[in-house]
Amino acid sequence: MRPETEAQLAQIIRDATGPLSITGGATRLWPGEGQAARLDMTALTGVTLYEPEALTLVVRAGTPLEEVRQTLAAEGQMLGFEPMGAPGSTIGGVAATNASGPRRVQAGAARDAMLGLRFVDGQGQVISNGGRVMKNVTGYDLVKLLAGSRGTLGTLTQISLRTAPIPPATVTLALPDLDAASSIPALTTALGGPFDVSGAAWLPGHGALIRLEGLAASVKARAADLTARLQSFGTVRDGDPEAWLLCCPNTHDPDRDTWRIICRPSEAPALLTHLPAPHSLDWGGALIHVALPQGQTPDLPAFSGHARRITSAPAILPAPDPLTARLERDLRDRFDPRGLFGSPA
Amino acid sequence: MIQLPQPDAAVLARRGAIVEALRAALPGAVIDDPAETRAYECDALSAYRCAPLAVVLPRSTEEVARLLRLCHDLRVPVVPRGAGTSLAGGSMPTQDAVVIGLSRMTEVLEIAPEDRLIRVQAGRTNLSVSGAVDGLGFFYAPDPSSQLACAIGGNIAMNSGGAHCLKYGVTTNNLLGARVVLMDGSVVDLGGPMGEGPGLDLLGVICGSEGQLGIVTEATLRILPKPAGARPALIGFDAAETAGACVAAIIRAGIIPVAIEFMDAPCIKATEEFSGAGYPDCQALLIVEVEGTPPEIDEQLALIRDIAMTFDPVAFRESRSADESARIWKGRKSAFGAMGSMGDYICLDGTIPVTALPTVLSGIGDLSRQYGLAVSNVFHAGDGNMHPLIIYDANTPGDLDRAEALGADILRLCVQVGGCLTGEHGVGIEKRDLMAEQFAPADLEAQMLVKDAFDPHWLLNAAKVFPLDVSAPRRDRRLNRPADAA
Repeated sequence: MRPETEAQLAQIIRDATGPLSITGGATRLWPGEGQAARLDMTALTGVTLYEPEALTLVVRAGTPLEEVRQTLAAEGQMLGFEPMGAPGSTIGGVAATNASGPRRVQAGAARDAMLGLRFVDGQGQVISNGGRVMKNVTGYDLVKLLAGSRGTLGTLTQISLRTAPIPPATVTLALPDLDAASSIPALTTALGGPFDVSGAAWLPGHGALIRLEGLAASVKARAADLTARLQSFGTVRDGDPEAWLLCCPNTHDPDRDTWRIICRPSEAPALLTHLPAPHSLDWGGALIHVALPQGQTPDLPAFSGHARRITSAPAILPAPDPLTARLERDLRDRFDPRGLFGSPA
Repeated sequence: MIQLPQPDAAVLARRGAIVEALRAALPGAVIDDPAETRAYECDALSAYRCAPLAVVLPRSTEEVARLLRLCHDLRVPVVPRGAGTSLAGGSMPTQDAVVIGLSRMTEVLEIAPEDRLIRVQAGRTNLSVSGAVDGLGFFYAPDPSSQLACAIGGNIAMNSGGAHCLKYGVTTNNLLGARVVLMDGSVVDLGGPMGEGPGLDLLGVICGSEGQLGIVTEATLRILPKPAGARPALIGFDAAETAGACVAAIIRAGIIPVAIEFMDAPCIKATEEFSGAGYPDCQALLIVEVEGTPPEIDEQLALIRDIAMTFDPVAFRESRSADESARIWKGRKSAFGAMGSMGDYICLDGTIPVTALPTVLSGIGDLSRQYGLAVSNVFHAGDGNMHPLIIYDANTPGDLDRAEALGADILRLCVQVGGCLTGEHGVGIEKRDLMAEQFAPADLEAQMLVKDAFDPHWLLNAAKVFPLDVSAPRRDRRLNRPADAA
């Protein structure tokens, strides 16, 4: 089923008698998702409003991410949260998975740039929430609730996004000699000072990477200050600006499972001692990606975040607490009483 | 006039027993003397007042949980209260409600500069959060004008903003986690490192839910390194529309100032008389502040100057020193006080796309003439958050009603141009009955489904946010089930 209008989509959902799998480009499905009757959103496309001077883009959910990027780039703008995407990725998929790239340390996640949305709930009702202005506290913020909900509360049809200017200058600094655990204090130093860091990662073969962006004179001055501050951690070199694309891991190795671990940066060194290579760090150490032999579950000490297997069978550590699970189930039951949209893997 | 719901007669009839049970649950924390509960009969929307059944001031999450469990079991409505600075009546009590105030919960629980976060009890004031990390070179970004007095718990309830949101976002963009007590007394930790838990973003919907889903007792907040420096420029224009166009041009050029503040002629005049800030005699002025290293500030202000010059400003004053910066901000910071000297006023809080500024400013002028009441404008222009001030005389019969009607028309205009009813103050009781202007019935129903999940009996701050007729079936369900009461 491939609706071409929001009204058609609503009718399909009202008429549905069994589970649906909402897909855009189907590039972000977790194992177990996408098995039911496909509800293909790729015909609901197009920019409905773009006001560069207000930093606002309103776009239909099936619009390819690449098309959004090109539309914005033509006006010197971008999506601040820097979503990575395989070919075919749609903006609806980006929103439904809260996809957020390296710039999250500075600009926040997809949910932080999402100002408003329209969606169709499990009863086939069209619902609008939020708006297109960055300050909007009128009623409950269902935008955040839907962001990252993986289509389990409703089918996104339109999203308002805050855009950002493309910075005129970018510098990537590298500390190639640091291993992952010892990169954390260097990344923390960079993120804890007045350098306006827009990326802080550690990648195998690259070492610690720190990105500064902005107006040319300022980037130069900040890079010089930061380089001086980082001397005690090792030699600071020019880093590869293309390396940031590697922060989104390759999840296609058939022999290994990729785990995504979110923790406090200060907890990362201890967690890393329990994890084998290969791994990578992003968000200053708050995000660890690690590839484990298939079927293996990491044995981690207690920490403040969670770990999730994003390839093969679903798994979350630690198990969500019962009260949160109850609230999530209640919300899903209310927005999708017939259980059309399923639960996330 | 804003209507208030009928109090629950069954609750009022059990008043003595309820107070006794509260006292037994939390000795030394209950206020029920009518002389003392008067201090809690309104928040900063002081035109509306109602003394609560009782006030309780707990000191910990565990005590809040004990109180809520008790009120839940007795089916007594609860109104959470931070510092009581809500401008929309968000923490105004009802006669049948127990106010749970956070004013004794002000501790800093953890400071983790290496993780760029601070964990505080929710009664702590906004400004004192920044104060706690100032010596470490950090600050907490959301900066509502009431930041000296307002509580973080209230900020979370209202998803508060401030002058610096254009660059740093609002509360929801700076909140990483919260410990929340639900109405049945259960305690849940939401969020996580980076603000993200493993499932649905429940933290995101708690933020801005106006104390209707649970009481936030502890908050984990993102702290940011203090910028190397900041400097403002003041730009005067001979027309408000030109100032609006200049705002759009600055943003269009790829510059994100940390603040762009707008004041119109009546506001400038009142401010000058009040504070003597030395503002130019003009129809509108902007204060544009940029941040960064000295070269970054120079580079940004030079670009802003170039853009401003294309609009033929009547004045352009770039600060060169801390003293000059303070003088530029002096008038803006005293604007609300200054306008208070013009008479009584209602401060609105609509938000519009910045592209609609000229249309909305002239529309407000038309409405002002139509109603015969002066309106003065001072607002955060960079993010389109307007605060039109309607001047009226509280002693003239009918003036308040007229001012409220004019305010409603201005907010309708905001919605018509693609904006919304409230940018940072919240809905509370004040804009509750205008919600249908912005939302269709299905939109409001979807929001109420969330409350159903968190607070099935609609006991928490239930007479707020949703138009009374829309929420009535759910609220009545509670009133009609006295058999449920313990």
